[in-house]
Order: sequence, then C-alpha cells, then structure tokens
Amino acid sequence: MIEVETLSVDFGETRAVDRISFHVAAGEAFGIVGESGSGKSTVLRALSGLNRSWSGRMTIEGAPQGPARSREFHRRLQMVFQDPYASLHPRQTVDRALAEPLRIHGIGERERRLSRALREVGLGPEHRFRYPHQLSGGQRQRVAIARVLILEPSILLLDEPTSALDVSVQAEILNLLQRIRRERGLTYILVSHNLAVVAHLCARVAVMNRGRFVEELDVASLRARRTREPYTAQLLRASEGYDRQAAEALITFD
Amino acid sequence: MTAPLLEVADLRVSFSSERGVLEAVRGISFAMGREKLGIVGESGSGKTLTGRSILRLLPPGAELRAERLAFDGVDLLAASSARLRELRGRRLAMVMQDPKFSLNPVMTVGDQIAEAYLAHSRASRAEAREKALAMLEAVRIRDPRRVYAFYPHEVSGGMGQRIMIAMMLAPGPDLLVADEPTSALDVTVQMQVLAILDDLVSERGMGLVFISHDLTLVASFCDRVLVMYGGRVVETLEARELGRARHPYTRGLMACLPQLSGAEGDLPVLSRDPAWLEAP
Repeated sequence: MIEVETLSVDFGETRAVDRISFHVAAGEAFGIVGESGSGKSTVLRALSGLNRSWSGRMTIEGAPQGPARSREFHRRLQMVFQDPYASLHPRQTVDRALAEPLRIHGIGERERRLSRALREVGLGPEHRFRYPHQLSGGQRQRVAIARVLILEPSILLLDEPTSALDVSVQAEILNLLQRIRRERGLTYILVSHNLAVVAHLCARVAVMNRGRFVEELDVASLRARRTREPYTAQLLRASEGYDRQAAEALITFD
Repeated sequence: MTAPLLEVADLRVSFSSERGVLEAVRGISFAMGREKLGIVGESGSGKTLTGRSILRLLPPGAELRAERLAFDGVDLLAASSARLRELRGRRLAMVMQDPKFSLNPVMTVGDQIAEAYLAHSRASRAEAREKALAMLEAVRIRDPRRVYAFYPHEVSGGMGQRIMIAMMLAPGPDLLVADEPTSALDVTVQMQVLAILDDLVSERGMGLVFISHDLTLVASFCDRVLVMYGGRVVETLEARELGRARHPYTRGLMACLPQLSGAEGDLPVLSRDPAWLEAP
C-alpha cells in the first residue's frame, strides 16, 4: 500500500528526515512516535505531497510518486491535522466546509455524502449549519474528520489528531478513528508524541529521533517494554510519569 | 500552630456581560503548606482562574470574591496594589504555559532574568548577572554564558520555558503557581524541569501549585490533588491515590486515558452527570 525507501528531506543545511524506510500494508495502522523536531510531521508532509522537495523512493497504492501528485491522489490520500481550531475556516458553516472538497473534486451526490459523513462522525443535522465557534473542540475535530471521509479516501495521514483535546474528548475521537478504519478498511499513518495514543491505534510503531528511525517494533513488544534501543527505553520510562531517579538519568541522544 | 502558606476560602470568580453573570469559579476552599499541590481538570473547569486568583492577576472584567484569600498571613483581598506588587515576583510567582508570550522579544534572556532579580533585591548589576548565570545553570542549561546573550527567538520552546522558570525562581519565591508549565515540553525535558521544581520544594521549602490537565503526571509528581469540574472542587485526595479516586468524574477521567499496558478495544467514554455541578 505504502512503500518508502531511503526518504530524506532537507531544509537548507538541516537534514530533517534522514534516509528512512518503511512499508505499510493495506488496512494497517502504522504509528510514528517522536519528540518535537524529530521529523515525524515532515514525513507526513512529504508523503502527502505538501512538501515537494524530498529524495528517495515512494510508492503509494502501487504507483511510484514524484514531487507533484494528481488530483485523484489527493482524493485518495487525506490528512487530519492537530488543531481543529486552525484547520476549519472560521466564517464557513459545517455544511460549506464539507461541500468544498466535493466541489474541488467535481463529485456530485452532495446530499447523500454530506449526511452520511456527518452521521459517521457522530454529528446530527442540527450541527450542519453551525460555524466553528459554535462547536466544541471535539465537535470541530469530528467535522475535520467528516471533511476527509466525504471524499471516500483509502489512506489517512493523522498528525497528532488528539493532542489539542481534553482527555475525555480524546477517548471519543480515538474510538471514532478506530471504528471508521475497521468499517471502511482504511490505511492509517498516525504521528504522535504520545506513546499510549500510538499504541492504542496502531499495530506497528516506528520511534523517530533527529530525523532517523531509531527502532521499529510491534505494539506487543512496546506493551511488554521489549525495546532494543536505549532511546526507546528512555521515552517509555518518561511517558509513565515523573520519577526523580529517572529524571536524573536522562541523557540526550544524537 | 503556624498559619498555612496559602489559605483560600469560598473563592468565586465571575464575569458579567449583558447576557448575565457567568460564574467560572464557584466557591473553592483549600489550604496548603510547603508542598506540591496539583489542580487538575479539563478546559473550562476553572483551574487557571483559580491559579491566577492567588496572585490577584485576573483578566479584565473578572470579579473575584472570597471569604478569605491569604498568603503567609497576609490578606490578599485587603492588600493595596503596591503591597501586591511587592509580593508578586519576590514571594509569590507564576509560570505560564507558553514562554513565547511571556518573554520580552527585544531583550536578551540573561538580562531579563537579571532584571527580575534586581527588581526584588538590592544587588548590584554584576551580582544580578552572576545570579542569572547561576539560575540558568540550575535549570540545566548547558552553556549558561552563551545562552545568557540569546534573544527569545533564538531559543527552543523547552529552553524558553526553563528560562521563564529561572526568572521566576531567581528572587526565591515562597510560593510558585505553575500553570501547565511543562505541557509544551517534550517528555524528557519535562522530567528535568519537574526535577528542578521538586528539589526547590524539598530543599528550599517552597510551596508549589501545579495546574495541569495531565493526570498521569500529577499523580506521579504532586503530593495532593484538587480535582476541578465546572468551577468547583469535586474531590481532594493524595496524588498517589488518584487511581483509587471515589468521585465518578475523577474515575471517568482516569479510565478514558489510553494506557500502554491497558486493554485493547474501545476506550471508556465519560458520561457527565448534571449532579456533579451541584453536589459536593
């Protein structure tokens, strides 16, 4: 479904992504976990075609990809961002936000697709003509997900989709993402700094630091703390809460 | 028996508009000593307003009422603005979430720390500079002399937050209110910053109000926790007992956190009971 070989991204002198390789099968959920500046979001931007300057090889749904992508590619591969406050136009109603991608892609059946997408993300007809400021953070993220689903994509790239949300809302959105992947057989790549979120949604996880994949492991190994690399072990320990001794022992990995 | 470091009784914060009065904090009471007190709750629970009330630093339009609000025996409700200014910074300090909005963009970070120190002591400029360098070292900044001359745009978010903490701690406050001080930091830097705060509480006897939405962190870091919901404290408990909370709201919040070692399948979701807004 997605095959990436020695992908690198440079910003001037800085190498943000350094020769990473991974494969994701159809219907699989693959996670990339890392701290800020590790390059994890940059990987998604290169995959989606938002960033055109990269090197390496990338094959998506059997087709080798260059810098520019077709309109059909952009329909099939969709992205969900962290901040639903920033990703929705403040002066467009939900109805308009959802109709826009259909117009861009010249897709009809507006009524059927709109009501299905709203229903699928757990929003009712009463939300359809509201503006973003009339919705809660969780409802906004549901709209952002509905806007992606309305195009009936096959791949979703999720960039910290629950990091801006309260934990009770995070649980609802994680459950929703889990359900639509099962129901629609979607392929996910999820990027997050939160190990528990990644482990909840994904079967396989890559740990990223300073542009490189430090380690790739399955969720069972992650849950059992069977890590090979000290960086992963440190990240795991730090994610379990505060520990004075562990804080003393932290080191910086280059 | 000595007076507690901080006493809060029936604290209320409200906002008036033409549509009526909105009570954001609805009668909070607690007392604390030289300990780490966590305040947890979701957005809109009133935790930030509660923290800001302690320094009497509320946004315009907010009205504060309380039966008692006292810091080390000083009645903060009756204190003049001159008296409050004297307390703030020197004995009472606050660290906010985002260093980007709290640092002066046109002054080097070292000079800002020195300035904060000078404002509250009779030290000379040279002594203030030495103090600033020592504080940068205390917050585990590797090359303090180099970083001293940096402007805020030249430092990362994690470093900026440590600089803010260094600035607030330079005058040696007795009580620090920290509002999500580590939420913007990576987990490893977060641990290092918490260790600094931890040491200040245990070695210098500072009191710390730690406001956070992160239950796992508060449970492992603080001594006691107030759980806020809808502008009220629904439960107060020992931090390490958070996993054995009694209130359904606290239990619900703990349950909906994804756990690395947790069960697979759907996460439990929180169903809110309107009674939580009223009953204690």
